[in-house]
Amino acid sequence: MNRLLASASIIALLGLGACGEEKKEEAQSQAAPAATSEAASTATSEAAPAASEAAAPMASEPKQGGSMIVTFKDDLPTLDPAIGYDWKNWSVIKSVFDGLLDYKPGTTEIVPDLAESFETSVDGLTYTFKLRHGVKFHNGREMTAADVKYSLERMINPATQSPGAGYYSGLKGFAEFQAGSAKEVSGITTPDDYTVKIELTAPDATTLHLMALNFSFVVPKEEVEKSGADFGKKPVGTGAFKVTEWTSGQKIILERNADYYRQGIPRLDKITFEIGQEPVVALLRLQKGEIDIAGDNVPPAKFTEVMNDPAMKDLVTMDDQLQTGYIAMNVNIPPFDKVAVRQAVNMAINKDRIVQLINNRAVPANQPLPPAMPGYDKAYKGYAFDVEGAKAKMKEAGLEGGVETDMYVMNTDPQPRIAQAIQQDLSNIGIKVNLKSLDMGTVIAAGGKKDGAPMIWSGGMAWIADFPDPSNFYTAILGCGGAVDGGWNWSWYCNKDLDKRAGEANAMTDPAKAAERAAAWGKIFTDLMTDAPWAPIFNEKAVGIHSKRVAGPNGIFADPIHIPVNYDEVYATDGK
Amino acid sequence: MAAYLLRRLMRAALILLGVSLITYVLLFLLPADPARQVAGRTASVAQVEQVRHQLGLDRPVWEQYGRYIARLASGDLGRSYVQRSQVSELVGSRLPATLLLMVGAIFCELLFGLTLGAFAAFRRNTLMDQGIMLGAFFFVSQPQFFLSYLLLYLFAVILGWFPIGGYGDFKHLVLPAVTLGLIGTGWYARIMRSSVIEVLRQDYVRTARAKGLTRGRTILVHIVPNALLPILAMIGLDIGTFMGGIVVVESVFGWPGIGQLTWQAIQQIDIPIIMGVTLVSACAIVLGNLLADLVAPLIDPRIRLK
Repeated sequence: MNRLLASASIIALLGLGACGEEKKEEAQSQAAPAATSEAASTATSEAAPAASEAAAPMASEPKQGGSMIVTFKDDLPTLDPAIGYDWKNWSVIKSVFDGLLDYKPGTTEIVPDLAESFETSVDGLTYTFKLRHGVKFHNGREMTAADVKYSLERMINPATQSPGAGYYSGLKGFAEFQAGSAKEVSGITTPDDYTVKIELTAPDATTLHLMALNFSFVVPKEEVEKSGADFGKKPVGTGAFKVTEWTSGQKIILERNADYYRQGIPRLDKITFEIGQEPVVALLRLQKGEIDIAGDNVPPAKFTEVMNDPAMKDLVTMDDQLQTGYIAMNVNIPPFDKVAVRQAVNMAINKDRIVQLINNRAVPANQPLPPAMPGYDKAYKGYAFDVEGAKAKMKEAGLEGGVETDMYVMNTDPQPRIAQAIQQDLSNIGIKVNLKSLDMGTVIAAGGKKDGAPMIWSGGMAWIADFPDPSNFYTAILGCGGAVDGGWNWSWYCNKDLDKRAGEANAMTDPAKAAERAAAWGKIFTDLMTDAPWAPIFNEKAVGIHSKRVAGPNGIFADPIHIPVNYDEVYATDGK
Repeated sequence: MAAYLLRRLMRAALILLGVSLITYVLLFLLPADPARQVAGRTASVAQVEQVRHQLGLDRPVWEQYGRYIARLASGDLGRSYVQRSQVSELVGSRLPATLLLMVGAIFCELLFGLTLGAFAAFRRNTLMDQGIMLGAFFFVSQPQFFLSYLLLYLFAVILGWFPIGGYGDFKHLVLPAVTLGLIGTGWYARIMRSSVIEVLRQDYVRTARAKGLTRGRTILVHIVPNALLPILAMIGLDIGTFMGGIVVVESVFGWPGIGQLTWQAIQQIDIPIIMGVTLVSACAIVLGNLLADLVAPLIDPRIRLK
């Protein structure tokens, strides 16, 4: 009986220990990423044959054939495009399924995919997509407009429990369908087999992104009905690869879809995902040449060691992420109800030192938007590091005598170390910060309560954009809509005027005004910094690593839409 | 015997019910919101509530627990929040790998433990005895991840004798089985040592030697079999020890068993899987103990069940 108790307590201890460890990667995996430059929303009929040709120059000539091995620590949760929502399955889903639209590899430019062309009505309320003919699902049946409508409605249907359904609430008839009072979404119609019409309740410039987002990807009804809730394990799509083997916890094998509509894509014949490899072990195997891509990236603790190893250094890629690490200050809780105090915090923190603290795996930030996001204002200077200025601000707030407050932080390295650096900086201007180093769930819960957390360091839980549009960085995390119980607006900042301007910017659907729209968004974020609900600290990069055996168009390993890589475009240098 | 078995099985059922209740309540108290987790961060409060209702999470915890137990009675462990697959299917598909690892580990611990223990006993109070006992003490006490990484680095990375983790043929099994087995080796070496010493003192050993049997024959025929008896019954108890160990060992070596599944589920706060794995592990431990008690009188008739 003693041994029974002992083993039970071992399990319990493991459970407790595990709750704290390695959450960082998981937290970031909550969101799938996206990419750079302007979102072109031109009405275009340009087909997308081998889009890589248009991309940056090749490292070498792409080769056909061959295979590669990718490792992941955890099983891919599901490959159902309506449900899959973390950075690992995000990219695999893109290779097994297709959407109406896609991004040109390595950019954030929207290009047609299953749609051959699309048109936007002048009032911005109607989008008409013309489908490509002869695209076949992996089961051999041709994909038609009815499949697009079915897939969207299935994703919106509450019974599917899609984590992305909320994005599509602007579709006409969304609410009625979700409530069950309508049998279909009235805003999705199919005039003929190769035409899909999407109608909105209000103009929304992000609509094209939504049709390039995984949640909208097209699935065949008969296969979904056959597999039921297990469709995510038996996925059938129109994509470049089909899943031919899935052994839970061991491996997933993708094989080339010979009928794929794009000539010459994919480059590889086969991709094997080996599951259950600790990131440290994966790195060792990569060193020995046993695998091609360490899917979980270089563990932060190993970063310095890898960079000091001449053989490994060249294999590393620093990937941009649409992510900003920030301190959220709750505008309802003193002393952060005073704007001068929030500004003082912005001026008091030595961001360069914090970036050094994480081995320069980031760049200092001065505004909420990350540099890779359209609308990022390069000219904006933000609050410079100025301790005397910060002290003056504290005096202005009448707090020159000092003040005490709490900061919530996630309890896995390096977050507590970063928080200690912030704590030290703030003590210099008379703000005594007590650190509350807790597990991720508790910190997020505290942020979602109006009087929960005075300050939060977002590290390890930070918002990563789902698609490369600045609106994705506002609505939920800085807008009034997010300042609700259980929401993500941890500073509880709600500025009706900015909300109105955000709505106006989103209504600018005319593709010709894309630059103007991005600028309008940029101004919203820099104006918001006057009220300083956040102190932006840095934009973190993901550190990827791959063997010399695999290659692709320039930037393919740093493409933040496809982590770790665009599986359709990558090739094996020793392929036939 | 039948009455004894019935009583034990009823007690086992009660233990399992207790385990399920404690685990369920602990998981309920976790600061995580499964409805929010399932609905995603873009969901409105109304959508989250809808999901909460669908999952039955808006009911009082006692009712939720009652429903869970009712479904459990028909073999349904529910569906994972993250993977959306049947928990019973996930656990079932990983059980064979875990069982294989356990068989390997039991083989290793018996082989090393019994041999070393017997050697120590015959060379009692020598440097060798002390060395073995110190080693046993070390292997019982060391944290499993330490030995896992040590063996992995030495034998797979530097020497290259074995693959660096993974699942497949016999070569993949060796390192994780040895790692898991070495913990038990310490136990068995110590027990075997005292058991042999005990037997060495028996009259029949002296008699055997006195009537002229060789030393080797005495050891093989009279000492070892008698010393083994109390130990064999303990194998059932190992299952409990292993249930803790596999979580670490399987994760390090990329062994696709239920330990690895547990580790993933804990990190993702996937409550239905944590619940399911805990119940399956508790079942294994309870059955292992029962088995140990049932086997004991078969091996050693002096033990009576009552």
